[in-house]
Amino acid sequence: MKIKRTAGERLFDGANVLLMIALIVLTLYPLWHVLNASLSDSGRLMAHRGLLLFPEGFNLDSYKLVLSNPSILSGYRNTLVIVVLGTALNLLFTILGAYTLSRKSFMLRNPIMLAIVFTMFFNGGIIPTYLLINNTLHMGNSLLALIVPGLVSSYNLIIMRTAFQEISESLLESARIDGAGEVRILWRIVVPLSMPVIAVMVLFYGVAHWNSWFGAILYIRDRSLYPLQLVLREILIQNSTDSMTTSAAMGDKEAIGESVKYATVMVATLPILLIYPFLQKYFVKGVMIGAIKE
Amino acid sequence: MPHKLSLIWLNYKKNKAIYWMALPVVLYFLVFKYLPMYGAVIAFKEYTVGKGIWGSDWVGLQHFRDFFQSYYFWRILKNTLVLSFYQLLFGFPAPILLALLLNELRQEMFKRTVQTVSYIPHFISIVVICGMVVDFSSRDGLFNSIITFFGGESSALLSDPGNFRTIYTASSIWQELGFSTIIYLAALSGINPELYDASKVDGASRIRQVWHITLPGIIPMIVILLILRIGGLMEIGFEKIILLYNPNVYDTADVISTFVYRKGISESAEFSYTTAVGLFQSVINFILLIGANRLSKAVSDNKLF
Repeated sequence: MKIKRTAGERLFDGANVLLMIALIVLTLYPLWHVLNASLSDSGRLMAHRGLLLFPEGFNLDSYKLVLSNPSILSGYRNTLVIVVLGTALNLLFTILGAYTLSRKSFMLRNPIMLAIVFTMFFNGGIIPTYLLINNTLHMGNSLLALIVPGLVSSYNLIIMRTAFQEISESLLESARIDGAGEVRILWRIVVPLSMPVIAVMVLFYGVAHWNSWFGAILYIRDRSLYPLQLVLREILIQNSTDSMTTSAAMGDKEAIGESVKYATVMVATLPILLIYPFLQKYFVKGVMIGAIKE
Repeated sequence: MPHKLSLIWLNYKKNKAIYWMALPVVLYFLVFKYLPMYGAVIAFKEYTVGKGIWGSDWVGLQHFRDFFQSYYFWRILKNTLVLSFYQLLFGFPAPILLALLLNELRQEMFKRTVQTVSYIPHFISIVVICGMVVDFSSRDGLFNSIITFFGGESSALLSDPGNFRTIYTASSIWQELGFSTIIYLAALSGINPELYDASKVDGASRIRQVWHITLPGIIPMIVILLILRIGGLMEIGFEKIILLYNPNVYDTADVISTFVYRKGISESAEFSYTTAVGLFQSVINFILLIGANRLSKAVSDNKLF
C-alpha cells in the first residue's frame, strides 16, 4: 500500500537520514583517527593538531616496533591460549547445563535454575571471590584463574537452554526408544541442531576472553603470563612505551611513543574488526534469543 | 520432606545420566558463586589469612559502623548514585530513540549499514576504548584541538573532577548505543504490521503511528530493562573507572566498587572492611531490584519475576 508522503514526512525522513549519517561519522571517526595516526610519520604527527582525515606522511615503523615487542607477543600468545581453552571449556559446561536444565524429565530442573538465576542478582562480592580463588584454591598466578572462575555465564546458559527447549521432544523420545543414551542424544542430535546458537556462544565467550583484563590484574603476578589487554593497559593507560623506544634519542622518544600507542591500538583491535562482518548475523540472533526469554 | 526425597531418588534412578551430566555445572555454581556468598561472613569478622574464614573472630557490625562514619561513605555513595543516574538519564533512552529512528528508515540497505557500524564499538576492548579516551583527552589531544578550534582553552581534561562524569557517560554511550538497540529492534520486529495498515487507513500520521503503535509495542521490553537497570543502580561499570580515573578526580570518580578494589586488593588488604562495604552495595541493589519489580507489577503488569 503506497500512500503519498506529505511535506512534513519528507522533512522528517530527510532529517532522520542526516542524523544517521552523523551517527556513522561519530562512531567511525575515532577509529579512523587512530588508524591514520598509526600510519603517520611520528614527527609530523606530533606537530599536527586537530582532525586527521588522512595519514600525515606514511610510515610503518611503529608497527614494526609493536610487532617485535616481546610483551605484546607473549600477551598475544597468552590471550590465544585463554581464548581457545577458555571458550572450549565454556562451551562444554554451558552445553551440559543447558541440556540437563532443558529436560522436562529432570526433577531438579526448576530449583537449580532458580539458584542459578539468583546468582545473576546477588553475589558474594569481589573480596570473598578473590580470597576463594587466590588463597583457598591457590589458583593465583596461573592462566587457570582467568578461565575456571568464569566457566559458565548465567546469561549465556539461559540463551542456550531456551534454544534447546525448542527442539521437539518427540524427536529426542524416538532416539531414546532406539536405545540412544543421553550423551549420545546430546552429541548426535541436540548439538548438531543447535549450531547457530553454539556459534553465538563461541562469539560471546570468545570476545569476552579476548577483551578481559581485570581478572589478570587480580590474579597474575608474572609478567610472562600477562594477557594482551594487560600489556595494552601498560602501554595505553600507564603510558609506558619506553621498552619500545629505547633506541631513539630523547627528543624523538615522545613522538615515537605516541605513534606506537596508535599502532598498538590497531594491532589489538584489527583481529576483532576483521572477523566482525562474518559474525554479525550470529550475535544479532543471539541477543534476540536472549531477548525473547528474559 | 521424606516423600519428596524419595520421589527425587526415583527420578534419579530413571535418569541417572542427566543427573551426572548436570553435576559439573551445579558444582561450578556452588564453588564459584555460592561459596563466596558464604565467604562474605567475614564482613562480620576480623578476618586474618592465618585463621581462615571460620576461625577468625566475630566483630558484629563494627565494619559497617566504621564505613558509615568514615569520610568516604558519602563521597562514594554519592558518586555511585550520580554516575548511575547519569547513565540512566542519558544512556537508557538513547538506544530506544535510535531503535525508533532506525525503524523509520525506508531504505533497507542504509538501515543495515547504520546498524552494522553502530555495533562495532561494543566489540572493542574496554582497555583500548579507555586508552583512546585518555589520549584524546590529553592536553594536546583531539578533544582539546576541537575545544581550541571553537575558541576554548586547552586543559588536561581527565585531571579535572568536573569533567569526569561527562567523559565517562559520553564514552559509555558511544560504545554501547548501537549494541543496546538490538534488543529493542527485536521487540519492534514482533509488532503486527496490520496495526500500521489499519492506522494508515484511519489517516494517522507517522508521528502518531510511532506514538500509538510502535512505542506501546516495545513498552514491556523497556520496563524489564528499566527494572534491571534500577537493580544495578549501585553497580556501576568499575573496570572502566579504574582505567580512566586518577587521584586528582577521586572527588567525582571514586565509587563503591573502585573503593573496595583499592582498599581491599590494590593498595591495602582490608579484607573484612571492604567485604562489608561490598555487601552493603549488594544488599541495596537487591532491595532496589525487588522494589522496582514490585512497583512495575503494581502499575503496569510488566514484571521480571
